[in-house]
Amino acid sequence: MVIDCKHVWEHISGYLDNNLEASERNEVQKHLEHCEICSAILDSTRNILILTADERVFELPLGFSERLHARLDEEMQRIA
Amino acid sequence: MVDNPQVVDEAQIISAIVRGETHLFHDLIRPHERSVYVMVLSLLQNEADAEDAAQEAFLKAFRNLSKFRAESKFGTWLISIALNEARSKLRQKKAMKIESLDAGSEEDGHVSPAILRDWREVPSEALERKEVRQMIQLAVADLPGIYREIFLLRDVEELSVNESAEALGISVASVKVRLHRARMMLQKTLAPQLKQVNPKRRWFPWL
Repeated sequence: MVIDCKHVWEHISGYLDNNLEASERNEVQKHLEHCEICSAILDSTRNILILTADERVFELPLGFSERLHARLDEEMQRIA
Repeated sequence: MVDNPQVVDEAQIISAIVRGETHLFHDLIRPHERSVYVMVLSLLQNEADAEDAAQEAFLKAFRNLSKFRAESKFGTWLISIALNEARSKLRQKKAMKIESLDAGSEEDGHVSPAILRDWREVPSEALERKEVRQMIQLAVADLPGIYREIFLLRDVEELSVNESAEALGISVASVKVRLHRARMMLQKTLAPQLKQVNPKRRWFPWL
């Protein structure tokens, strides 16, 4: 069975997480081999996920940890 | 889960804290500071409020540690406390946008990605540039609430599908559907922007 681009788009997330059923995965794979648009969509999505997972993107504010642990110390002394 | 060393260690530290070695709580939470902060920030969208809510969440976790049951991971339990804390803060401020919880019901149609003919890899070095980091932060912040939450849990904090479902109190099927839409929405916004950024300046100045 030949699947179209829209069908492939519905499976991009599952494909990246490797949780498609074997038959679905094969169909998507076959489609990707000859469709440059879907390949580019898949590659860009994978690239974007790598960038967003980088710890430089979402950082703790400066001094967050110190303030948090100081507050916890106060609480611990209060109940001690 | 008993054979997972991380969980065993966690369980031992937790029972020591409950028995009175409270100082160990500092070490217990260190690996979770960023994920708690990122999650409350995603709801509150304001750094000062987020820091406040994160502190409250850690204090609540400390006070309620004896109620923690080892069926769930400590990190997952902590995130659900943090999300509750952030939600109640939103309610107090009456800033809760109906949009952020209801936007896009599960039955909504699919999200079409940005169409591209080719993709030139954007290397992680690009994140040295503040404009690129901000571009990504803004795109994530612009996601409707239910998609932002799941995206951050799975793809930034790297919780499993099951842990994410537990932290959010939703089904595994919903996690998958929402995550797929969140990723497609981000691809739609970010792929064209990142493509623009790419040719402006070379990543490697010596090339």
